[in-house]
Amino acid sequence: MSQSATTPDNGWRKHMPVINAFLRYGILIIIGFMMLYPLFWMIGGSFKNNQEIFSSIGFIPKEPTLDGFKKGWETSTEYTFATYLINTMKIVVPKVIVTVISSVIVAYGFARFAIPGRKLLFALLMATVLLPKSVLLIPQYLMFREFGWLDTYLPLIAPQAFAVEGFFVFMIIQFMRSLPMEMEEAAVMDGCNSFQVLTLVVAPVILPAIISVALFQFMWSMNDFLQPLIYLSSVEKYPVALALKMSIDVTEATSWNEILAMSTIALAPSLILFFVAQRYFVEGITSGAVKG
Amino acid sequence: MFNDKKIGSLYVAPFVIGFLLFTAFPFVASFVLSLTDAQLQDQLGSANFTGLQNYTEMGRDATFQKSLGVTFFYVFITVPLKLAFALFIAVVLNFKLRAIGFFRTAYYLPSILGGSVAIAIVWRFVFAGDGLINQALEIIGITGVNWLGEPNTAMFSIILLRLWQFGSAMVVFLAGLKAIPEDLYEAADLDGASRVRQFWMITLPLLTPVLFFNFIMQIVQAFQEFNGPYIITGGGPLKSSYLLPLMIYEEGFKYFNLGYSSALSWVLFVIIAVFTAIAFWSQKHWVFYAQDREDKNGGAQK
Repeated sequence: MSQSATTPDNGWRKHMPVINAFLRYGILIIIGFMMLYPLFWMIGGSFKNNQEIFSSIGFIPKEPTLDGFKKGWETSTEYTFATYLINTMKIVVPKVIVTVISSVIVAYGFARFAIPGRKLLFALLMATVLLPKSVLLIPQYLMFREFGWLDTYLPLIAPQAFAVEGFFVFMIIQFMRSLPMEMEEAAVMDGCNSFQVLTLVVAPVILPAIISVALFQFMWSMNDFLQPLIYLSSVEKYPVALALKMSIDVTEATSWNEILAMSTIALAPSLILFFVAQRYFVEGITSGAVKG
Repeated sequence: MFNDKKIGSLYVAPFVIGFLLFTAFPFVASFVLSLTDAQLQDQLGSANFTGLQNYTEMGRDATFQKSLGVTFFYVFITVPLKLAFALFIAVVLNFKLRAIGFFRTAYYLPSILGGSVAIAIVWRFVFAGDGLINQALEIIGITGVNWLGEPNTAMFSIILLRLWQFGSAMVVFLAGLKAIPEDLYEAADLDGASRVRQFWMITLPLLTPVLFFNFIMQIVQAFQEFNGPYIITGGGPLKSSYLLPLMIYEEGFKYFNLGYSSALSWVLFVIIAVFTAIAFWSQKHWVFYAQDREDKNGGAQK
């Protein structure tokens, strides 16, 4: 890709790299701007009054106001938006924790043990990644109804304690397989049992994979809509996703700034985490595709 | 490393239990339910066995046929466009650019946020009658369309939302591009092969494993699209964006027809299974694994 600069055969060829870079930057900047514009517009819109949202497509508010945040925070219900944010965390935090623990334990079993039926189990694990969730929806609902779990967070959290997301287990297995085993063998020589090897030797080394899993599960759970929609019926237990959906049903016609402001707040945790930890996302998503 | 099968089984036990309880059992149960007239509000014991009636019913159900049609339309438009666009941007990005990290972040961000209700709502506002797009069109003197109110354009808004999320596929392509050895291009340059020819003869063949992975993931995801139609269009107008997952949800939880809803979900499952099976079966004809070729060459030399 670098040789054309050194062959001075004609003027056009000489300028190739410059034209090339110019074109690439041009394409990237224009598309990038168009892609991020809806986000800029959302954030800007939350600081505008409603007339301005409808009258100008610029994203920088001319008369910045916090009205959208104030009114949006109060919501049209008897609870403030804080309730919904706290509810979301009550679902997401335990979900992330049990997902990480169960996925690491199961992945360790797959990566380091001779298990009977290992190939079949691994195939089943991968099959769960491809299985459409809607085919499980109704029986799971009926099952949790029998358990008396409707309108609680348990249906959203409990299954995750059993490593039901094959994608995460697979990610950690791939990571474990790429590690040299000398350290672990040495620990066994020193008298560690397999669980001590896992917690003392393996866990610290696979931390990047653990962070990737935690981040993906955090984002997916923040975004999850269908499950809370089915299982939660009392408004006081709603997470942000349901509260936002409710807000467009009630106030959409009039108060866009309130809804945009609350959407901005709803996305803020994900946005911040993404910018702080984006390399873990990139590594997570590529580990399965390329190493595998 | 460890040979103790009992302890190994103990580590894998959570998955086995979870798989049986939360995947295998519901999977079989939904097929059994699909052969009954079960209703959400009734005790399960009161459901009657109706054989394949729910499936034959689909042949008469115009809503189902409409839904099936728009689902295929949605998937067949979204997946190829998304993959092509992701590949195009990955190729543009795979160059010694300054600020490559910045661009990668900017392009990847939407795929992380795009599944949320918040973004779906923003999308609804962007495409609304007095929303961002129509305001922008007005400035350049074009009268806007009621995007979400017209059967021809409502689906378009959902397709655009998912195209907007091309970033995760792009990141995977980018990693694949980085793994292609530079000397292949240098050799091709010496042979006088043009850039376009290099793309078709080197880049694309070596990317097929990554393309295969992206294709499967995108197909599986696209057939399960729910948030878009539920929040942005409500499936309308005139069911023009009534994707199958939305119909499955509404049959079950709005009209309480658990039997019919289960049957629909099995149809969706079979469709996805057929597509993945075709992809896996056909991969020996078009997916190029560098490792395979080296193995074969090695074998031939011996």
